[in-house]
Amino acid sequence: MIKFFLMVNKQGQTRLSRYYEHVEINKRTLLEADVIKTCLSRSKEQCSFIEYKDFKLIYRQYAALFIVVGINETENEMAVYEFIHNFVEVLDMYFSRVSELDIMFNLDKVHIILDEMVLNGCIVETNKARILAPLLILDKMAES
Amino acid sequence: MPAVSKGDGMRGLAVFISDIRNCKSKEAEIKRINKELANIRSKFKGDKALDGYSKKKYVCKLLFIFLLGHDIDFGHMEAVNLLSSNKYTEKQIGYLFISVLVNSTSELIRLINNGVKNDLTSRNPTFMCLALHCIANVGSREMGEAFAADIPRILVAGDSMDSVKQSAALCLLRLYKASPDLVPMGEWTARVVHLLNDQHMGVVTAAVSLITCLCKKNPEDFKTCVSLAVSRLSRIVSSASTDLQDYTYYFVPAPWLSVKLLRLLQCYAPPEDAAVKGRLVECLETVLNKAQEPPKSKKVQHSNAKNAVLFETISLIIHYDSEPNLLVRACNQLGQFLQHRETNLRYLALESMCTLASSEFSHEAVKTHIDTVINALKTERDVSVRQRAADLLYAMCDRSNAKQIVSEMLRYLETADYAIREEIVLKVAILAEKYAVDYSWYVDTILNLIRIAGDYVSEEVWYRVLQIVTNRDDVQGYAAKTVFEALQAPACHENMVKVGGYILGEFGNLIAGDPRSSPPVQFSLLHSKFHLCSVATRALLLSTYIKFINLFPETKATIQAVLRAGSQLRNADVELQQRAVEYLTLSSIASTDVLATVLEEMPPFPERESSILAKLKRKKGPGAASTLDDGRREPGPGGDVNGGVEPAPSTGSTPSPSADLLGLRAAPPPAAPPAPPSAGSLLVDVFSDSPTGGPPSLGPSPEEAFLSPAAEDPGIPIPEADELLHKFVCKNSGVLFENALLQIGVKSEFRQNLGRMYLFYGNKTSVQFQNFCPTVTHPGDLQSQLVVQTKRVPGQVDGGAQVQQVLNIECLRDFLTPPLLTVRFRYGGAPQALTLKLPVTINKFFQPTEMAAQAFFQRWKQLSLPQQEAQKIFQANHPMDSEVTKAKLLGFGSALLDNVDPNPENYVGAGIVQTKALQVGCLLRLEPNAQAQMYRLTLRTSKESVSRHLCELLAEQF
Repeated sequence: MIKFFLMVNKQGQTRLSRYYEHVEINKRTLLEADVIKTCLSRSKEQCSFIEYKDFKLIYRQYAALFIVVGINETENEMAVYEFIHNFVEVLDMYFSRVSELDIMFNLDKVHIILDEMVLNGCIVETNKARILAPLLILDKMAES
Repeated sequence: MPAVSKGDGMRGLAVFISDIRNCKSKEAEIKRINKELANIRSKFKGDKALDGYSKKKYVCKLLFIFLLGHDIDFGHMEAVNLLSSNKYTEKQIGYLFISVLVNSTSELIRLINNGVKNDLTSRNPTFMCLALHCIANVGSREMGEAFAADIPRILVAGDSMDSVKQSAALCLLRLYKASPDLVPMGEWTARVVHLLNDQHMGVVTAAVSLITCLCKKNPEDFKTCVSLAVSRLSRIVSSASTDLQDYTYYFVPAPWLSVKLLRLLQCYAPPEDAAVKGRLVECLETVLNKAQEPPKSKKVQHSNAKNAVLFETISLIIHYDSEPNLLVRACNQLGQFLQHRETNLRYLALESMCTLASSEFSHEAVKTHIDTVINALKTERDVSVRQRAADLLYAMCDRSNAKQIVSEMLRYLETADYAIREEIVLKVAILAEKYAVDYSWYVDTILNLIRIAGDYVSEEVWYRVLQIVTNRDDVQGYAAKTVFEALQAPACHENMVKVGGYILGEFGNLIAGDPRSSPPVQFSLLHSKFHLCSVATRALLLSTYIKFINLFPETKATIQAVLRAGSQLRNADVELQQRAVEYLTLSSIASTDVLATVLEEMPPFPERESSILAKLKRKKGPGAASTLDDGRREPGPGGDVNGGVEPAPSTGSTPSPSADLLGLRAAPPPAAPPAPPSAGSLLVDVFSDSPTGGPPSLGPSPEEAFLSPAAEDPGIPIPEADELLHKFVCKNSGVLFENALLQIGVKSEFRQNLGRMYLFYGNKTSVQFQNFCPTVTHPGDLQSQLVVQTKRVPGQVDGGAQVQQVLNIECLRDFLTPPLLTVRFRYGGAPQALTLKLPVTINKFFQPTEMAAQAFFQRWKQLSLPQQEAQKIFQANHPMDSEVTKAKLLGFGSALLDNVDPNPENYVGAGIVQTKALQVGCLLRLEPNAQAQMYRLTLRTSKESVSRHLCELLAEQF
């Protein structure tokens, strides 16, 4: 199961956080700060999986942005690692070359995309066209 | 600048976000946010009704502020309002806000449920999905109760859209996890399994998650999913790379779904049906084959996705552990990854191989990679990868490669990360013991461990080496020689001094023939370390010295001089002082024979499970233990080569050598004496021989036991027992119990910590009671707190007659639970039994104490620690009559102190609880509030449990 999905930049600012298990807000801030510190301290040669407390962190870096996913032992590390990339490709497709600013200014959209892909901590959809379908309806409604 | 906001522009929001971005400092950001929060609050509170768009905009801002890490305490109502909007955009933000901010305990759930209900029944698939997402994300019990019945129906309905089915599956999963009782298995379960056949891959992906969870709890109900999952998997694996269209990821067909299907199969044993099994093995082989084919794409995404499926396939092969061919192929595949340039793959390969090593089929195959793994331990730049390599070396170790692996791990230890040193030390110690063929190697290894990483060598490790040396006489001489040499180093670790001290004290004589290690040399070598050591080590060394006096009489004068020195005899540490004094006296007055007996060599330790292994298990959790207990790896009779040190199951703790060195208290003990069954029963024995004499109070006499075989079992007190008990807290006589057959009256008197109680058993019928047997039992800790001696009563009670039983009671220490009185008898042939709580409460041993106001307040202040006070505020259950209250307080046992409390309405009391072991002073204050019909009761005593218990007892009385 996926426990949380984070997007944090190198300065340690959280750009997106989605928890699939309830975590107190003050604990979230601490966790996010600690997680990004752990990721930043690692070099390129180190592997992308970190044993962290009683779960594992899977992370990928895109420019200055880290995507960190917390999982328990029922997930396949490599599958989650590549799932992160799939998520980024979906964002890229929707925002045409996604940047940190897109994520900041369209937080609701990013959330919608993530919610289409992960529900209740489980990967639920990986097909890009289907992930974006509800968003396209939204956009169409707004234009009309 | 990218598109500020795609689709519907919420300008206000974009401006706000830009402002936040432009803030130069955290303070400026907080200021801007507070300004915005105030603005939104005023908008929400304002008279003007907000339109949907504005509501959405503000809710969206709040969401953004929340995601910046600020708590949001308003706006929930507005978000809930958005749910009922007809506009998808507005509804969407409402749901988003709720699923991010609302947790399952919120009070808003009922309102949210309304919105969700409307959308679920709307038949608009987009709305239904939103509602289902909401349930899946919030998933409270209340939501479960409202919707658990609908979801399975939506999930298996023929006309539900794919996306609705997907959401419904995950929604049901959430409800099942949160409250399984709300999701009863039923007709829908069979249809859920068939979702694996759904033509839509998204639906299958969602359904697998649900089924995996359900089948873990109800494996039998979902057994059919195995064959369906196999055929689905087979279709994916054998499909051409373009068959699955958008579910193909960089030429890999449906990688995430494949992984999930393989996970699902790991919930079950290999399929029994030969056809299904054949098909599955074919799938697994295909995946392994594809790994060897040239990649269809140079992109890393392609190989990552492919490898994700490959690793899951290998997990399934390991899970089945029944196909030697596949296991060996999996091992070879992982072997290739061990040298891959991608660190991620090396890490996963090491991890996977670790489980493979414990399979008898692949253990040998794993061993062939030993050099690569050793190399990984030396050269990997990532500590977590090195850690995996160390784990794998540990898992693949057996007698054939133990020496190599142990020496590599020792070498690694010199540079190992601090974080994993202790674990490596434990592993080396276990491997060295387990695979030791000659024990000199074992001793060398452990001493090396102490030399290299002394700080990380825990007590368990060096205790264990002492146990083994003590138990094996073929290694004792070597051990003595080796520690002697190790101690020559100018700076050696304190653990080395401990081991050296113990071994030389026991076996120093074995090397005393060599002039280079003659007794005086041994002594001066040890004593040169003495002053730098901690108290515990010095204490151990003192014991070594007295042993030397026995072993080497020529050192007696030197050692006595050391013991006699002021620094020992007047040492500030009592343990050292005591040892010095006792050993000096012992060596001065005891004859050689006595000395030889007292200071004899330690007897062998009883065999037990290695405490090191237990420690490693604790460190790694139970999961790791399975790879350590390698019963599988040594099949056949070869497993016993280790002789005495093969771990034997036992739970004893390691004896502390420093405490037991002399064996003074139990001179030559054959083994540790068997532990007493429990401390409690030991105490009972002591108390039954208490000075007052008389028959033991506990349990029935043999004759009674014969009459009522179940007499030891006191039974459960009758439901009214507590109420009856409370009746007697403030009085000492009355009717304790009455029913149609029997009346039990009680009369008691207490003085200090002693009491006498008369029980009157009246037979209310005209028929004789037979086998009449009242017994008193002491539940729990009470045995050590209270003694109740009962006098025998006749076994028959005639109709209409009354018999009397006398109980002598002694309170040893404060207690919480009253003793139980069980009355058994036969009435008209039918056995009757009844258990009551004997009205003996701690306040019965209360002696009133008179004191003046000043003294009272002084003591009150002395007892001001929070745990010394117990307070209860409670509603009056009886009319608040001052005279009755006073009588109750006096009956409770305390003195009533007048003119102490400035408020004359209040009651103040003082007393001392008298027990044999201790006296507990107790002050109390009761403040009635006639208007509110309430009381406040405060108790202060020097003992927390007494304060609390007295407070609870007394509060029941008013």
